[in-house]
Amino acid sequence: MLIRRADSIESSEITSPDLFLRRREFLRGAGWAVAGAALAPTLACGAEEDVHPPAPAAGVTANPFRTDEETTAFEDATRYNNFYEFGTDKTDPQRYAGSLRTRPWSVAVSGEIGKPGMIDLDDLLRPHTAEERIYRLRCVEAWSMVIPWLGIPLGEIIKRFEPTSGAKYVAFKTLLDPEQMPGQRSRTLDWPYVEGLRIDEAMHPLTILATGMYGQELPNQNGAPLRLVVPWKYGFKSIKSIVEIRLTRGEPPTSWNSQTPREYGFFANVNPDVDHPRWSQKRERRIGEFRKRPTLPFNGYADQVAHLYQGIDLRKHF
Amino acid sequence: MDPSWRNRALQALAVAVGALPAASLIVSALTGGLGANPVERVTHVTGDWALRFLLLSLSVTPVRRLLGWSWAAPLRRTLGLTAFGYACSHFLTYLVLEHFFDWQLIVEDVLKRRYVTAGFAAFVCLVPLAVTSTRAMIRRLGRRWISLHRLVYLAAALGAIHFLWLVKSDLREPLVYAAILTLLLGLRLGFRLVGPRTRKPTPKAADSQLSRV
Repeated sequence: MLIRRADSIESSEITSPDLFLRRREFLRGAGWAVAGAALAPTLACGAEEDVHPPAPAAGVTANPFRTDEETTAFEDATRYNNFYEFGTDKTDPQRYAGSLRTRPWSVAVSGEIGKPGMIDLDDLLRPHTAEERIYRLRCVEAWSMVIPWLGIPLGEIIKRFEPTSGAKYVAFKTLLDPEQMPGQRSRTLDWPYVEGLRIDEAMHPLTILATGMYGQELPNQNGAPLRLVVPWKYGFKSIKSIVEIRLTRGEPPTSWNSQTPREYGFFANVNPDVDHPRWSQKRERRIGEFRKRPTLPFNGYADQVAHLYQGIDLRKHF
Repeated sequence: MDPSWRNRALQALAVAVGALPAASLIVSALTGGLGANPVERVTHVTGDWALRFLLLSLSVTPVRRLLGWSWAAPLRRTLGLTAFGYACSHFLTYLVLEHFFDWQLIVEDVLKRRYVTAGFAAFVCLVPLAVTSTRAMIRRLGRRWISLHRLVYLAAALGAIHFLWLVKSDLREPLVYAAILTLLLGLRLGFRLVGPRTRKPTPKAADSQLSRV
């Protein structure tokens, strides 16, 4: 598999030094807010001068594969993760994912396909060229990042396995191994983590299987060695550390939907008009930014994917 | 040791301990140790300590009754006010850094998101308690002070519910707080059923109001 090298990342994608420095200014301000509640109004005025203005809401670019918004700092993308297999704190995955062995790694491909089997990850990836995709990632918790992924369109991989006409959905499964994944010793979720897409969502050009980010191999805490990225859906759909891909006739179960069906749906399309039962989805905090920004329908990929859901009540099928 | 000197030293220690989490947070802020989402971190830490100090203040009387530590009585107010300080920081962080004084969004949150309703209600309960925490207020309100300050049970319960209602799936930490609160309230009920014990001598008349409940 060919992985693009770090020097192929554009300089416009590198976090600018002055933004990085200004973050310290903000943190200093936040420190004073805690120390002196009375200073709060002054703080709000003062800090705004330092703030890097958020990208305009119409930050959707002409090229959906590579947004030109500022990418999130690598440091933040790798130490602020929801990967409950390693613990439920945002910093747990970075702390504990070192125990994950990413080679040897096999993926079981099965279901409504012509060629089921167990395939070694390197064999799975070899015929394809990894491309860089710079996508927004929007978590259901109302924070977001911009990540430069390295990956392969999922559709290309599925085609190799000759899906039959009965293949209506694609189901995914994460590794189950409490020894390597200490979070799986607690029943915070029903392990192993499972997810699924409709076949047209899976075959969509935006959907990728990612093997790297920021020009290098995926760090363990980001779902190494193979993860899904579906940028127009909430982040929990982008299942990590995949060991099984199965094409099915019926809608497969998905972990968060099984856990709390009232709060997490099968589609989980980013939608500012459909609130989570316990919090609003109208706004999000872009990690690294001070002020919150408005959330975009389909995370800004409406032009590319809205047609998949024509005629569907997005409030009912959330 | 002269008891009033000991009291003052104890209070100073309690205030210092109460300030430690805030100091730690400030140090983290200045050294970039708040992580990728600093606002979230500050909100969680201040909320955690508001709840913890509230539970600590509620544990003073049971501990005093069970172990006979009458010197601990004045700590109740210090711990309660510390809790209020963290609750204020938590609430202000939410108002300023989460919503930037967008009152429409804030009102919507309080009315529609039940975990925010619970949190806001908890804070509202704490405000009169902080305002009436002075000796002058205790003297002025008399018996009504005791009735008013029963609100602290409601505040603690609402705080625990606020936490329980905001987590996505990991209920462990909120359930621990709920369990501790249940235990403390259970002990209080137990004391009421058993009846007032012989009161340990307390130095000042105002303090005897504090230690009676």
